[in-house]
Amino acid sequence: MTIAPISETVLGPVDEIPFGEGRTYAVGPDMIAVFRLRDGSLRAVSAVCPHKGGPLADGQIDNRVVVCPLHLYAWDLATGCSQSGQPPISVYPVRVDDGHIILGD
Amino acid sequence: MTQRLVVIGNGMAGARTVEEILARNGDFTITMFGDEPYGNYNRIMLSNLLAGVEDEAGIYLNDLSWYADNGITLNAGVRIERIDRFAKVVYATDGTATPYDKLIIATGSSSWTPPIKNIHNPKRGFHQGVFAFRTLDDTRGMIRYARDHERAVVIGGGLLGLEAARGLQNHLSDVTLLHAMGHLMERQLDEKAGHMLQASVENKLGIKVITNAMTTEILGKDRVTGVKLADGTVIPCDVVVIAAGIRPNTQVAADSGLTVERGIVVDDQMRVQDEDDIYSVGECAQHRGNLYGLVAPLWDQAKVLADHITGRDVEAAYTGSKLSTKLKVAGIDVASMGLIAPESDDDEVIIYSEPKKGVYKQLIIRDGALAGAILVGDNSKAAGLIQSFDRAQALPEERAEMLFDIGGPTGEVKPEDMPDDAQVCNCNGVSKGAICGVVNAGCKTVSGVMDSTRAGKGCGTCKPLVQRIVEWAAGGEAEEDPAASWYVPGVPMPKPELMAAIRKYELKSVSSVFEKLVPGGEHDAKSKMGLASLLKMMWADRYVDERDARFINDRVHGNIQKDGTFSVVPQMKGGVTTPAELKRIAEVAEKYNVPMVKLTGGQRIDLLGIPKEQLPAMWADLDMPSGYAYAKSFRTVKTCVGSDFCRFGVGDSTALGIAIEERYQGLEGPGKMKLAVTGCPRNCAEAYVKDLGVVAIDGGKWEIYVGGAAGAHIRKGDLLCTLDSAEEVIRMTGRFLQYYRENANWLERTYSFVPRIGIERIREIVVEDTDGIADALDAAVDEAVQSYKDPWKERAVPATPGQFRTSLPLTVLPQVPVRS
Repeated sequence: MTIAPISETVLGPVDEIPFGEGRTYAVGPDMIAVFRLRDGSLRAVSAVCPHKGGPLADGQIDNRVVVCPLHLYAWDLATGCSQSGQPPISVYPVRVDDGHIILGD
Repeated sequence: MTQRLVVIGNGMAGARTVEEILARNGDFTITMFGDEPYGNYNRIMLSNLLAGVEDEAGIYLNDLSWYADNGITLNAGVRIERIDRFAKVVYATDGTATPYDKLIIATGSSSWTPPIKNIHNPKRGFHQGVFAFRTLDDTRGMIRYARDHERAVVIGGGLLGLEAARGLQNHLSDVTLLHAMGHLMERQLDEKAGHMLQASVENKLGIKVITNAMTTEILGKDRVTGVKLADGTVIPCDVVVIAAGIRPNTQVAADSGLTVERGIVVDDQMRVQDEDDIYSVGECAQHRGNLYGLVAPLWDQAKVLADHITGRDVEAAYTGSKLSTKLKVAGIDVASMGLIAPESDDDEVIIYSEPKKGVYKQLIIRDGALAGAILVGDNSKAAGLIQSFDRAQALPEERAEMLFDIGGPTGEVKPEDMPDDAQVCNCNGVSKGAICGVVNAGCKTVSGVMDSTRAGKGCGTCKPLVQRIVEWAAGGEAEEDPAASWYVPGVPMPKPELMAAIRKYELKSVSSVFEKLVPGGEHDAKSKMGLASLLKMMWADRYVDERDARFINDRVHGNIQKDGTFSVVPQMKGGVTTPAELKRIAEVAEKYNVPMVKLTGGQRIDLLGIPKEQLPAMWADLDMPSGYAYAKSFRTVKTCVGSDFCRFGVGDSTALGIAIEERYQGLEGPGKMKLAVTGCPRNCAEAYVKDLGVVAIDGGKWEIYVGGAAGAHIRKGDLLCTLDSAEEVIRMTGRFLQYYRENANWLERTYSFVPRIGIERIREIVVEDTDGIADALDAAVDEAVQSYKDPWKERAVPATPGQFRTSLPLTVLPQVPVRS
């Protein structure tokens, strides 16, 4: 599990992300995919698939994993670990505060 | 400290051993001595050189630059005549003395010359026209001489003699093989196998063979004119080749006081007996009483020697080799291993003999393990037998399985015959070894292995092989995967049950299916797309469309590309367009700097490399409907020019294709549906290999073929029916597609679906209506047709916030080359 340290940043209103989908945000040099689970909670991971650079925010999710849209490799959204033998992705702390997406702690 | 390593012998054993030492970064300055004035060549290939299938350059293993590159001093053509093992110096015939810290003797063997009268010429070695067959020089001389002569005799009916005879046929017309023993290759083959091989050599290759032929004299005063046998027979000839066996070169070792019996005696570390700093390897070495004349043992010896001499693994031990050979002898398959004859009454002997074909197979089994095998004329089972023999594996109860492929399609690859690095999945580059690794780590289901390795997840053609490897690697403990029958992996039900439950509980959204039908209500990302397709098919307009259930392609109505851009394929019904439409497409392509404009296989135009955020504006400028080139849906109807223009067309395929596409455009299904209509049986529109193909035949009739494919899988469709009118074709098309939509598994294309159900059964249902559901199918597909909406109209207002927001803002686009 790779939890990347990141200083607190407001990314924008949580309504920007439909339930069950993801959107990409640029935070300094980092590209971060933020997903809004169907239960309302958020997950944040590195936006670029370590396999072939696919856009993870375009992938399908459930409450546990994101599936890259290019070759369908899956990563655990909470730990960043691959379910299919790929390198892990970074995960970031993220939460909703007063209708806004807050990255970092 | 760098040590001085001297190697006597520059043949295959010597050079291979040095390679192994270099590979272990051994700290040596290396000096090599070789009798022959060349680099190191593959002696086995001399037969090919003689046969003219290889040239000299092709047989070198290491040319002279290799020695220079690796800092090796090569003394080619310099012979060592004495070793001073106390002073640790070797003396060469040219008078030089070379000190060593470590010495390797790899002097190999020489051709053995039987005692035959007149074989030598006192002045020039062999009598003129007589050749040995051992070195590059021998081979060159033989080729030069044979060219100008007619008849050759080869003395020796072992492997080398057979190869020499076969090779000589390349240079002269008349070849006779003399063998002193009762049958050919008596060291490797029993009598029957030897006779079978002899029959093939004589009948198929035209080489005369005489066994029990003791050659006693070479005839001819200045040059060879014939040979004489012990029984007085005279065989006229111009060339004699000696291939009567080899003898290890041990003279230098013996002269220098080393222990020599038949060969130079070595221990399990390949050190010469009682010597700490002298090793011997290859054909000249005698290990545990055995001499080896094949390369496989030599490679093993070289590794152990290198491990030990470099200190990489001082415990490394060579414990001997079980000998097996599998080769083409003079173009005929021969394999041999272990015993060639039973040794006790308890030995089980299995023999198959088919003289007319020249096929002979013999197995000797002792205590349930393979103790020996001989194959002549058919080596298809050799690899498996060699493995059973080497590893003393348990043998199948049905012994015949060891000799023949019984059952199963012929030519099917056996997992046990595949090397570990053999690539199984060519799409995702997964090797047999990787699959076995996952199985050994505890994953014993086919789907589990496919998930974790991605093997079989590309085009899917390798799935049966993946399955066989998993079953083999699991050693019969492969587990039945309960999920194999489920429609999607995350909902534990096959399609009929799932559809019944969806209807019963009126589940109209993907999330409601998870919550109602999955124990614990767990959602599953990999099941969403399949469920979305199913629900859309079942509920049409009443489907509750949750956008996250869609795959990205279906969210933004384009096919995602490797760099995260999308492709735009406007609808072009039947592949027919107009100048105005083409102009518009051209203007859009210019306006948006489209990196590639490409004609598709479905007779349309593809604009590739479009950033997601540009899609709505492009659709507006194009003002054409979506071609659905991204969805698991009805794709295109490919057509030929039909009867309007074509001289041969018997039906208006273009008009019918357009009408079918007009009606069924965008229809979702469990897999893609690619169609075609062709105007005559010449099949220009490739209708025979489509999910549904329509072929016009004379008399105003149309044939419908279903279940065809020409992708990773190639299949000609099955004839479903012949109809009299275009209207009937359109209705039947819808009925079949609806039956497929309702009954196929997720991602099961028609080429699997049709054979699974059977064309007769499908015909009963959709053509003959024996089940009485034809009207229901027609009604269901009609409802789907009515709910069609062009997704590219979804552009003025995004369906969801940020629907077309880029997900890869960092990447400089396009990543594919722009074509001008």
